[in-house]
Amino acid sequence: MQAEWVIDGRELEKSYGSGASRFDALRGVSLQVAPGETVAIVGKSGSGKSTLMHLLALLDAPDAGTLHVAGQDAAALSRRDVNELRNKEFGFVFQQFFLTPNVSVLDNVTLPLKIAGIGGKARRLRGMEVLRQLELDDKAAKKATTLSGGQKQRVVIGRALVNNPRVIFADEPTGNLDTATGRVVEDILFDLNREQGITLVIVTHDEELAARCDRQIYIRDGVIFNETRTPPAHTGAHAAINNTGGAA
Amino acid sequence: MRVTDLVATAISNTFRSKVRTTLTVLAIFVGAFTLTITTAVGAGVSQYVDTQVGSLGAADVFIVTPKADDAPADSGPVEYDPATSGAAAGGNFGPPGATSALSDADLTTISDTDGIQSVDPIRALAPDYVAADDGTKYEFTINAASGVTTADLTAGAQLDHGSSESQIILPDSYVTPLGFASDAAAVGSTVQIGITDVLGAQQTVDATVVGVSLESILASGAGANAALTTELAAVQSAGIDTGAARYAGATARFDDSLSPDAVLALQATLADDGYTANTVADQLGTVQTVITGIVGVLNAFAVIALIAAAFGIINTLLMSVQERTREIGLMKAMGMGGGKVYMLFSLEAIVIGFLGSALGAGVAIGAGSILSNVLSTGLLADLPGLNILLFEPLSVALIILLVMAIAFLSGTLPAQRAAKANPIESLRYE
Repeated sequence: MQAEWVIDGRELEKSYGSGASRFDALRGVSLQVAPGETVAIVGKSGSGKSTLMHLLALLDAPDAGTLHVAGQDAAALSRRDVNELRNKEFGFVFQQFFLTPNVSVLDNVTLPLKIAGIGGKARRLRGMEVLRQLELDDKAAKKATTLSGGQKQRVVIGRALVNNPRVIFADEPTGNLDTATGRVVEDILFDLNREQGITLVIVTHDEELAARCDRQIYIRDGVIFNETRTPPAHTGAHAAINNTGGAA
Repeated sequence: MRVTDLVATAISNTFRSKVRTTLTVLAIFVGAFTLTITTAVGAGVSQYVDTQVGSLGAADVFIVTPKADDAPADSGPVEYDPATSGAAAGGNFGPPGATSALSDADLTTISDTDGIQSVDPIRALAPDYVAADDGTKYEFTINAASGVTTADLTAGAQLDHGSSESQIILPDSYVTPLGFASDAAAVGSTVQIGITDVLGAQQTVDATVVGVSLESILASGAGANAALTTELAAVQSAGIDTGAARYAGATARFDDSLSPDAVLALQATLADDGYTANTVADQLGTVQTVITGIVGVLNAFAVIALIAAAFGIINTLLMSVQERTREIGLMKAMGMGGGKVYMLFSLEAIVIGFLGSALGAGVAIGAGSILSNVLSTGLLADLPGLNILLFEPLSVALIILLVMAIAFLSGTLPAQRAAKANPIESLRYE
């Protein structure tokens, strides 16, 4: 295994459409994510922050630039290898939950394991372990649609966590939650980072959430226009942010 | 993803949208039900014809009739010619419209043909009654074609056409009325056949019962061997020469070691001489062709219903793919390959197809068996041995497989759409 499990993107470019309707989502972005780090990608909608996350998570391929994951060139990987990498090393948390309705909480959580081809018994054991960790084990047999928003997002985190990933990509993880519930979900994510060393890449426009991360990458019009680092000790979030652009 | 998980997921996905699945399954149900029933009717009737008639036919005999006049339908009546014209051929054999008869000269021509071993004319005999020793007389008929058929015996033996003894095979319905204790008891006894000659006087001829047969639809009446028919014909004509003998047809035995090609060649030779020569198999073939044709038309309707149902499957799955765009995107984001997504949706189509066809075939078998039983004791009671609906396990299995194959093909388009979906666009889909 490589010593440094780094996601290293250099001069990434991505555009959608062609001709007059061509839209340059990313225009040369370089970003390295180190293992165990928490990185916030901050920007307005349309800034290209989600596109950047998709490229880093190998959900999409850049038009130009290179992306190395754990020293391997992502462009050289086969489709199957990319699928396996996402399945085994990455977890995903989305704003809209994307839970499968009419399917039990446990089955929702163990979906990545099912895709990985792990047997039913092992799936159940690992799924229950994760649900216990998230204090949702009493809801295991319930349908996902019966849960509250906060519970749903915890199920989503459970699903992202169930395959013991190295990196969790979260796209507006608290966007659909009220402040208190959002806070709880944030705590869970940062606990995972602290206790299990899981790297977090969080896309958000929420300054407070961004401030809890080690690093903040500010994106505007497809380029990084500012990058800040939170001091190791908690000295108040606002002191760390010295950007001038209104990113909220 | 494991194959077992794929199948299990496909099955549970099928039941997620119950109303839609039920309606699609119903459409397939109708098609599969119809196809199962029509196939069973075809199998049932074919089997009846095979067992009732096929076993009766001797393999080495032609039924020879004069070739039908090739007169166009709109050219009016054919002019009478004493040399060739005769009474219209009647009876069970010969094509409709055969207006010529065979003369003794014809019989000689036929028997002189290479490969033909013997020729017997089919005589029109009109016996009045049959009676046993106790004297009660019963009306009865002699099957003119008994020279070529092999009776479906319940007791005794087949007719010996080489014997000089007058032999008869009685239909089983005559056994008890004639006063015999059983089918076997009738064998070996002598019965009297009453016949009116051309002068109006009633004569009797004695015949020995050599066997008892089941009635069948195409060979009704008693069977008589050559000696008996000859004797009856002699008695009927009362020794008077009624002019040149004319026969509706003749039976010609050919060498049973001939290959099928040689038999065809022989038929062609006879056709050149102006005769139509058919084996019993040929005549059955016509019946079978008609039955096959009817069943084919019925099956075509069932297949049309299935094609309509196939569009139902396409529609259902397209809606399903549309509805589950985000779910598909999520599964792909989590590393599920396009091939597996394709398999998942194809399997869902196959599950729908299986549900519809298994239900359709099952209900068809259940309802059909009841119907078949009711009919065989009611409407079709006169046709013993006819099982109007015959469900063959192999053909039922084939129908289910066919429907599943149609369902799979229907699922191709939606499954392809799902497999090609871009995970990011799918996840962004609102």
